[in-house]
Amino acid sequence: MRITQGLFSFLPDLNDQEIGKQVDYALDSGWSIALEHTDDPHPRNQYWTMWGLPMFDLRDPAGVMMEVKACREANPNRYVRVLAFDSNKGHETIRMMFIIQRPEFEPGFELVRAEGPGRSLHYTLRSYATHVPPEERYRTAAKP
Amino acid sequence: MNKAMDVKITDMKERYTSGVLKYRQMGYWEPDYEPKDTDILAVFRITPQDGVDPVEAAAAVAGESSTATWTVVWTDRLTDSEYYRAKCYRVDPVPGSPEQYFAYIAYDIDLFEEGSIANLTASIIGNVFGFKPLKALRLEDMRIPPHYLKTFQGPATGIVVERERLNIYGRPLLGATMKPKLGLSSRNYGRVVYEALKGGLDFTKDDENINSQPFMHWRDRYLYCMEGVNKAIAETGEVKGTYLNVTAGTMEEMYERAEFARDLGSVIIMIDLVIGYTAIQSMAKWARRNDMILHLHRAGHGTYTRQRNHGISFRVIAKWMRMAGVDHIHAGTVVGKLEGDPHVVRGIYDTCRSIHVEQNMRHGIFFDQPWASLKKVMPVASGGIHAGQMHQLLHYLDDDVVLQFGGGTIGHPMGIQAGATANRVALETMVKARNEGRDIWNEGPDILTEAARWCQPLRAALDTWKDVTFNYASTDSVDVLPTPTAA
Repeated sequence: MRITQGLFSFLPDLNDQEIGKQVDYALDSGWSIALEHTDDPHPRNQYWTMWGLPMFDLRDPAGVMMEVKACREANPNRYVRVLAFDSNKGHETIRMMFIIQRPEFEPGFELVRAEGPGRSLHYTLRSYATHVPPEERYRTAAKP
Repeated sequence: MNKAMDVKITDMKERYTSGVLKYRQMGYWEPDYEPKDTDILAVFRITPQDGVDPVEAAAAVAGESSTATWTVVWTDRLTDSEYYRAKCYRVDPVPGSPEQYFAYIAYDIDLFEEGSIANLTASIIGNVFGFKPLKALRLEDMRIPPHYLKTFQGPATGIVVERERLNIYGRPLLGATMKPKLGLSSRNYGRVVYEALKGGLDFTKDDENINSQPFMHWRDRYLYCMEGVNKAIAETGEVKGTYLNVTAGTMEEMYERAEFARDLGSVIIMIDLVIGYTAIQSMAKWARRNDMILHLHRAGHGTYTRQRNHGISFRVIAKWMRMAGVDHIHAGTVVGKLEGDPHVVRGIYDTCRSIHVEQNMRHGIFFDQPWASLKKVMPVASGGIHAGQMHQLLHYLDDDVVLQFGGGTIGHPMGIQAGATANRVALETMVKARNEGRDIWNEGPDILTEAARWCQPLRAALDTWKDVTFNYASTDSVDVLPTPTAA
């Protein structure tokens, strides 16, 4: 399944030129770019692994794109996302977030239902990828 | 008119002789008064009865919305009545409306109980709205000082935290109201929720009049809806929600419903404006205690907000609701089927989303309004909008808004999932194009057509609704003063 978190997940995957334009927009808006990656895309997994610190002092889009390339090369077959942080009063939060790399095969999630009293159900979501230890995730996955 | 009849009587013996005085003789007209930073300010549009002097009418509004009664009472002299009297300090003719006047009135902060919209409104929109010497009366805007704002909780969650909880940034949120609004069984209703969320929406929504009717009781609805929500989350990897309407006949029943929604793991509940200001404040406190986003449907507001000469401007309702503590409020679409002049809508959106709103007469904002760190309310654009208007919606409303396509999702010829997908693709395409620097206002239709080449659901949506517009003159537009000055 294709996980549709992030800003442009319903569009065809962005190429490097398109990613660059979004980075330009974020930098022009005065935001700082950060890269993060993970092998557990559970929708409530807030804290993906940081690729270094947010690039507060990097205002050059080309420099950001070099980091994008390096992050992807070091993390093939993992999810990678771009974030833009806005430190201005009234925001002080993430202003953009979009996925720029996915594993070849996205196994998705299992919905576990625990029956409770009065017909109520408690739902738990489990990433299929996290059923195995981190070093084995996505490695042996069959192609769809 | 006798000049002496027009001015405040300062001789105390004369002032408190039994009988009837003009309101301005009593002291409710103070043209030299300089509002204090702590004063609550209101501007009313007044239409005096024929023959009634506008300044006297304005003074009467100040009197009737604060301390006055129709005759002199000696008991005024037991208190510092000068201090408690509201003071009308300015009256301007309304441009282009010869019978109407803007009356500016200052109220001391001590006239109001802390943290109570009910108490504030009992004065400001109380007896005064039935006052006979006026043909009509409209509350246009208010300035609430930070000293009073800080006695309110404000939005339970706010835009920033809502986005962090949902993990959605950089675009408007997408929603849809379930249709038909009445008559579906719970199981069928949950199907619509699932399809719309699976197809790409972030939220689905109960309609304002879905509570617990014979065809669908509330517990049943919540159970099926949450099945739909959780299934869609599992199949997309996104956080999603459905606004479970907890509106009921009593607070006890509302709390019971809200608690059940929480126990089922819902991220959001919903109430209707018709439950009343106190009930809204109670639910906002409950929502803060329970990490719940609180959606407000503005059912009922059209009875008093639409006509320019009488009632309350919706921007005032939006202000009160931000104080009362809701997280979402329906605030107009500009382009859809419901009332909304672009400038008026902008003023309302600013009131919801800004940390400091500057006076802007064009937008109907009469006063600077600092928001003193009360959280921001997410406006909701709902009613007669579709994917083909995405460039206009993004242009007018920007990112911090929930775009709700009810019929525009569920009425899609290829089904509900396709309808949702069409909206999501149209939105992401338009945000991408805007960020890339394209002129979406002019190129919008072309940008959508380009995306429709690879997205069949979007093509079908554009074909189905391409000619749908609602171009009617607004009944609530702003009368701009020729030379706006700060009040």
